Amino acid sequence: MNGPGSLYVAIATRAFRRYSTYTGATVAGIFTNSVFGVISSFVLIAVWRANPDAGGYDTTDVVTYVWLGQAMIMTIALWGGGAPADLAARIKSGDVALDFYRPVGILGWYLAADVGRSAFHLLSRGLVPTLVGGLLFDLRYPSGPWVWMAFAASLPLALLVSFAIRFLLAMTAFWILDDQGATLLASAAAVFFSGLTVPLVLFPGWFGDLVRVLPWASYLQVPADVWLGQRSGWSAVAGLGLQAGWAAILLGACALLLRVAERRVVVQGG
Amino acid sequence: MSLIEVRDLRRTFRVRRRDDVVAVHDVSFDIEPGEMVGYIGPNGAGKSTTIKMLTGILVPTSGHLRVAGVDPSKRRTALASRIGVVFGQRTTLWWDLPLRDSFELLQKIYRIPPARYRQNLDRFLELLDLGDLLDTPVRQLSLGQRMRGDITAALLHDPEILYLDEPTIGLDVVSKGRLREFLRALNAERATTLLLTTHDLQDIEALCDRVMVIDHGSLVFDGALTQLQARGGSSRTLVVDLVDERPAIEVPGAVTVRVDGPRQWLTFPADASAAPIVSAVAAGYDVADLSIQEPDIEDVIRELYAGR
Amino acid sequence: MADPRALARHARAYVDISALWVRAAMAYRASWWMLTIGGFLITGIDFVGIWILFHNVDALGGFTLQEVAFLYGGSGVAMALADLFVGRIERIGQMIRLGKLDQMMVRPVPLLVQVCADEFALRRIARVLQAALVLGWGCTYVDWTPSRALLTGVMIAAGTAIFFALFIGFACIQFWTTDSAEVANAFTYGGNTLTSYPLSVFPSEVVKGLTFFFPIAFVNWYPSLQVLGRDDPFGYPDWTQYLSPVVAVALVALALLVWRTGVRQYRSTGS
Repeated sequence: MNGPGSLYVAIATRAFRRYSTYTGATVAGIFTNSVFGVISSFVLIAVWRANPDAGGYDTTDVVTYVWLGQAMIMTIALWGGGAPADLAARIKSGDVALDFYRPVGILGWYLAADVGRSAFHLLSRGLVPTLVGGLLFDLRYPSGPWVWMAFAASLPLALLVSFAIRFLLAMTAFWILDDQGATLLASAAAVFFSGLTVPLVLFPGWFGDLVRVLPWASYLQVPADVWLGQRSGWSAVAGLGLQAGWAAILLGACALLLRVAERRVVVQGG
Repeated sequence: MSLIEVRDLRRTFRVRRRDDVVAVHDVSFDIEPGEMVGYIGPNGAGKSTTIKMLTGILVPTSGHLRVAGVDPSKRRTALASRIGVVFGQRTTLWWDLPLRDSFELLQKIYRIPPARYRQNLDRFLELLDLGDLLDTPVRQLSLGQRMRGDITAALLHDPEILYLDEPTIGLDVVSKGRLREFLRALNAERATTLLLTTHDLQDIEALCDRVMVIDHGSLVFDGALTQLQARGGSSRTLVVDLVDERPAIEVPGAVTVRVDGPRQWLTFPADASAAPIVSAVAAGYDVADLSIQEPDIEDVIRELYAGR
Repeated sequence: MADPRALARHARAYVDISALWVRAAMAYRASWWMLTIGGFLITGIDFVGIWILFHNVDALGGFTLQEVAFLYGGSGVAMALADLFVGRIERIGQMIRLGKLDQMMVRPVPLLVQVCADEFALRRIARVLQAALVLGWGCTYVDWTPSRALLTGVMIAAGTAIFFALFIGFACIQFWTTDSAEVANAFTYGGNTLTSYPLSVFPSEVVKGLTFFFPIAFVNWYPSLQVLGRDDPFGYPDWTQYLSPVVAVALVALALLVWRTGVRQYRSTGS
């Protein structure tokens, strides 16, 4: 096997290995995820005790939602970081000029790396906190093979949308010298609009309707609803469609912007 | 009492559970005020570990240690005002700020009287030729300029002892020369005690009367540089280029150790005169060229390391 | 350490070092303002989250939104002040790896002062401001008496000291393993998140743990019960509501002890 496919696999494997060497950080992160999972669980249990069917969830649903949220944080690099952060660093150092001369596209290269990273984080910082949550609380699990399959489709779509947003942000480094402010705002938007702080089903009125179709809804709310069976049948298809739509639009924007950037880099000679 | 007193100093590091590595193994020495001492040895021999114990960064595992009369790790902050430290590979200056800001902060941190600060700064800026760079952020300085900045920073508070860890690493020949000249002047002017670790033996030759050699955590030599040269390098070498290839030269008072085509190497005792040997060679053979090699300090040290 | 003149000198050194960093940051004024305003908005999001929760319920653990605001603000101000002044200690693992700690150790200012003042970021004041605003709103609910006002002041000071101790104590883990900085987050930021809510949302065993073992409940919960005029839902005696300063002093002492131990067995970097 010698096609470009094996190259992407190699890139992903390398990223997987790279992250797997930070053992101390991984253990520390799992501990922290678990602590925050416990705190959020109790707070939201209190909310559902006062209003037992808030947002159409029951207590088991919302506790499950909390732990899925902790599992997603690193799996999709919700706060930011991952392979696109490497790109931002290379843009600032000027090394990105070399990236344009690689035999494979920049977008594919960094996506493969981010998939490798994500795979490692899914197995460590995704799976382990979920197990911890399952030991401490009563969680709801997918009710059958179809739900598992739908979730298995929703998870990579969540990663794609998150990757595209992080990639777009990284590319601002082509034009903006200091991207700290933008990074900060992007991270805040992701935390709030993904429903990590408060499930999007609790957001009231038109604002709730709006946040549930924004790209960040793909991060956690849609996969969680699929997992919980809140979205089943056509509703699940619609959820996956929302994710796929945003992934397509945002990745398209990435490709477009990359071409503009390439012209700029090539003209300026890096 | 010596300025630096070291007796049976030891530091071990636990690598894995129950696995101790002895980085410095029962080292003893004294350094008197005003001495310039070179501290050399291969990578990982224990040079940096020793310096870190002398400055109070690391706590010794066992042994006795006094610098300027105090135990460094117990009175680290008090001792700090009396010593200067330059880590050659890492700047102590504030990366994003102009040199001037770094120096002014150091004045406050070390509580240097303003008049003294001004006087010292002016003197060092002149000696080290840094005057034009005061307002340049440290990150924009060249390696040599930064090193000069670091040395100024380490000296503003008139330390009695200056530790230099690889001060000339990465510098070009001109910068190295200028730096050595400065350190010599400093020692002559202020009697600052100097302890310097280096890979560059020319640093030692230019600056130090005394050399300590450490290997595998133990001191293998402590004495004058000339003694070190005499010890391993008890012989000099006469290199003879003959007109034609010949069998090994035989002359009284010298031994031919190597023949390579028309070139031959003859060794003879370092304290013997070269003149009779040279004339004997010239009388018996057609000589194209002659040269004498002094004992090479690197060879000496290599022998010391190997002889253990 | 106890010598007041020495303390004043250390405080002076802290100010001198921080001032240098503030000056450096101000060189990029636009960026500074953006980050400060951004920081203000972002920490504000937390409270917007709580406000959204209250769209679905009238009370959380028996507490109204304004009471929660008092709790959230109390913990938030304490956390933000501690973060502003000593939060940089989180990066100590990085300082160790880069050899910066070695350099600080040969300067005549206590290491702790230098570590905390390193790259001092004044923009973190945004967080203090945001929490103070929420606290201010929560305060309008309080039936004020002089003793309650005094207790509120003591609460903020003690809370700040408790977070100060947590930052220092847990950062010391990095003396042993430099890449596990995140464990400390569970206790510092985790403690802050915990105390942003009325502890009545947690089971009594958890609250027992937060009182006796990891006494973060003294940051705001116990004194707030007094200021808000509430009975303790878990039936702890009233005098626990005045105990925060004692807990704070004990934790700071413990943290400084851990710090000393960490420094004494510091191994430096490989080179």
